[in-house]
Amino acid sequence: MTIASSTQFLCFAALSAAVAIGALGVVLLPNIVYSAFLLGGVFLSVAGLYLMLNASFVAAAQVLVYVGAVNVLILFAIMLVNKKETMAAIPGLALRRVLSGAVCAGLFGLLLRVAFITPWATPGPEPIGDEATIRIGEHLFSDYLLPFELASVLLLMAMIGAIVLARRDVLSADIVTGEPADQGLIEKSRTPLLLETPAPASPAVPTPVLEKR
Amino acid sequence: MSLELPTTVPLQAYLALAAILFCTGVWGLINSRNAVRVLMSIELMLNAVNINLMAFSSYLDGQLIRGQVFAIFVITVAAAEAAVGLAILLSLYRNRETVDMERFNLLRW
Repeated sequence: MTIASSTQFLCFAALSAAVAIGALGVVLLPNIVYSAFLLGGVFLSVAGLYLMLNASFVAAAQVLVYVGAVNVLILFAIMLVNKKETMAAIPGLALRRVLSGAVCAGLFGLLLRVAFITPWATPGPEPIGDEATIRIGEHLFSDYLLPFELASVLLLMAMIGAIVLARRDVLSADIVTGEPADQGLIEKSRTPLLLETPAPASPAVPTPVLEKR
Repeated sequence: MSLELPTTVPLQAYLALAAILFCTGVWGLINSRNAVRVLMSIELMLNAVNINLMAFSSYLDGQLIRGQVFAIFVITVAAAEAAVGLAILLSLYRNRETVDMERFNLLRW
């Protein structure tokens, strides 16, 4: 075994251990902030695996999009919904966890069986190596042009949809006086829309309602 | 009895790693109480699929790397999904004032 191949094995072992342990930490850790940072570590390790597979462009895209955008977005969401709440206990939660764990273990065994039994046609063609970026560009502008353009439309739709969904209704009217009321802050007390037991509004303070638009 | 050691990392190793990541993601998706953690589990599953695509692209399709193009599209869709999912989560939190998945039962019979 040469030095190059042993280095490759060592890198793969370290990266895959980081991915597996990090994923378990994301799922199992009780503090969700730790989970989010571990998720960033998992994304970086996956980018390292892409580098081992001669895919520098996809590795860079992985780092930019996942670590730079998705993980930061998740951290912002954690900050915005960061309220300490004690989850109510559910009967049969432990049984549910064990059963779903058994189902996932079965799925894992099935996937492993497929992976190790199928006679893959390896080694395939010689890997293209450093010219992968050029080949990806050729693909994106010739035979994958339509999905490429549709991806831009999809991103535009996702952007507009996210803005519409997450927008605060800042234009509200007071129900008594009819004057516009400022609803700018989420933390400002107001009547919850969908809770089963609405908070009793005191008669001295008029309850602001959201204006339907 | 000589056991022949492979000189490079075999394809099956990548597939097994992707299977581990995917099953972890499925378990977290089912069992998470926090809605943000559900979104994180979905990202884990998408990454597992991407590892599979990249491994097949490198080992079986080394000249026409179509798997890498697919992985780029999956990354794009994952970014859009994360943005819309977190916007839905913020909207839900503003209306229900909780992130507990067990209390999001508006559409249940």
